[in-house]
Amino acid sequence: MRALTWGAAVISLLALIALAFSIGSFTVAPTEVLAILWSTLTGGAHSAPPNAEAVVLSIRGPRIAAALLIGAALAGAGSAYQSVFRNPLVSPDILGVSTGAALGALAGIWFSLDPWSVQLLAFCGGLTAVALVYALAAAYRQHDPLLLLVLAGVVLGSLFAALIALIKVLADPFNQLPGMTYWLLGSLAAVTAQESLAILPAIGGGLGVLWLLRWRINVLSMGDDEARSLGIDTRRVRLAAIVAATLATAAAVSISGVIGWVGLVVPHLARMITGPDNSRLLPAACLLGAAFMLAVDTLARGWGQIELPLGVLTALIGTPLFLWLLATSKRGWQ
Amino acid sequence: MTLECDALAYGYSRYTIGSGVSLAVAPGEVVCLLGPNGGGKTTLFKTLLGLLPAQGGSIRLGNDNLTDLSRAEVARRVAYVPQAVGGYFPFSVREVVLMGRAAHLGAFAGPTLRDRQHAENAMARVCIAHLAQAEFTRISGGERQLVLLARALAQAAPIIVLDEPSANLDFGNQVRVLAEIRRLAAEGVGILWATHAPDHALACADRVALVARGGVKNYGATAEVVDADALSDLYGVAVEIHTLAGGDRRVCMAG
Repeated sequence: MRALTWGAAVISLLALIALAFSIGSFTVAPTEVLAILWSTLTGGAHSAPPNAEAVVLSIRGPRIAAALLIGAALAGAGSAYQSVFRNPLVSPDILGVSTGAALGALAGIWFSLDPWSVQLLAFCGGLTAVALVYALAAAYRQHDPLLLLVLAGVVLGSLFAALIALIKVLADPFNQLPGMTYWLLGSLAAVTAQESLAILPAIGGGLGVLWLLRWRINVLSMGDDEARSLGIDTRRVRLAAIVAATLATAAAVSISGVIGWVGLVVPHLARMITGPDNSRLLPAACLLGAAFMLAVDTLARGWGQIELPLGVLTALIGTPLFLWLLATSKRGWQ
Repeated sequence: MTLECDALAYGYSRYTIGSGVSLAVAPGEVVCLLGPNGGGKTTLFKTLLGLLPAQGGSIRLGNDNLTDLSRAEVARRVAYVPQAVGGYFPFSVREVVLMGRAAHLGAFAGPTLRDRQHAENAMARVCIAHLAQAEFTRISGGERQLVLLARALAQAAPIIVLDEPSANLDFGNQVRVLAEIRRLAAEGVGILWATHAPDHALACADRVALVARGGVKNYGATAEVVDADALSDLYGVAVEIHTLAGGDRRVCMAG
């Protein structure tokens, strides 16, 4: 029964991917999509027109891969964070990874750096922000470590937000500001195959470590004192989980810009289906997050003449979804 | 394996609750802590388990200083049954009991079939096998305490520290827990146990420590430490202790 459910989930995701390949301003028939992908895999020939091949392989392929990766990263990191922090309102940006990445990216745009450097700065900005928050929280040893982490994240996050606002005020309103706004709202429109490949190790590595820690994270979610009396080095496990989740999130955000709500809402949805055990929750959140991100991105580009920013769409979908979960969810939290 | 502390001082951050405490729990021994609410029993337990840093004195587990041991090494020697809290996530009872095996697993490993067998045996021992599928957050407070006791059994440590394990239990389950504690002691497990019921101490403790603000007021063999005057003094109410007719069993009641 369980295997059947997983199988159905994977098949639905594959169907969604095929749909995403064919939808858009240039429609490619699903059979042509399959023919093109099959011939690319096997090295054979196909009968689809060459411009269809260009759309499928060079434009939509990288974008779909990026959407899947980013959705899985944000939702997987979010579910781990919620377990580690024992808090249903936590999302991967609670420790400032998104604001840190945004600050890095905006600084890069402000200094007119090339796109690769902007992304690298965003990645490093996200990691630095979380490292700062962790160091700040660790400096006050006496208090509840979880509370300190969250408070330090909120405080530094608002400082970064102020710096982001400052950069936007100082930026050239014609050449730089549109790029900054675009980045802050999130988009996959300009994603390339190289970029999708570049974030793969960080996301795969981060989610892989979370998967290895899945059972320890379960124990950690019972509370610090209990976990320690059961033999868990809570500081070390929590640090490892935070580093892994931050790595995956920072990599995702560095090419997509800030996309909220996925890391908050999708883990809740997944937990409603699988329950709190991370050995089922984590893969379910990754699958669901990938599907959600791909659906939203396909909606964003298939919607009409202009592309809607992803951050706007996820908020428009995520807010009512979260309120609905709040009203109906009996499972997932006590 | 003996748990012992010498001249121990304990408390939170810079605030000392008790000091000068020396206790020992040897294999097969039941040591009971009696004392009023807010007397610092839980703080003392958390210090003995290394969850709070000791403010003075030493704690030894077998041949090692507590501070020299890793969390996993401590957990393989001492199991802890905390006062039952709700928990945050609706794990099933079986999953919660299985968490008792954490100290026996490698860093990246999950529980094996053998660990699952330990958990099933532990649940059967405290008669909660029928709850295995239930959500830990939804069962009653007393059932939760039995689950935490089962988790400590699954941990298979030579010493068990219990913080008021019978506080929320119905009469039948209190009797069962007392019987389980006696059985564990007979198997050679050392038991350190805080309770609000002096009768429980009279029924199965080898030694008793009377704990109040400032530390341990009196510590020794149950028959010597637990008398009406000492308990009246400890709880601030009149207490009588009577010996049941036709036996040597003593019971405690309000005077």
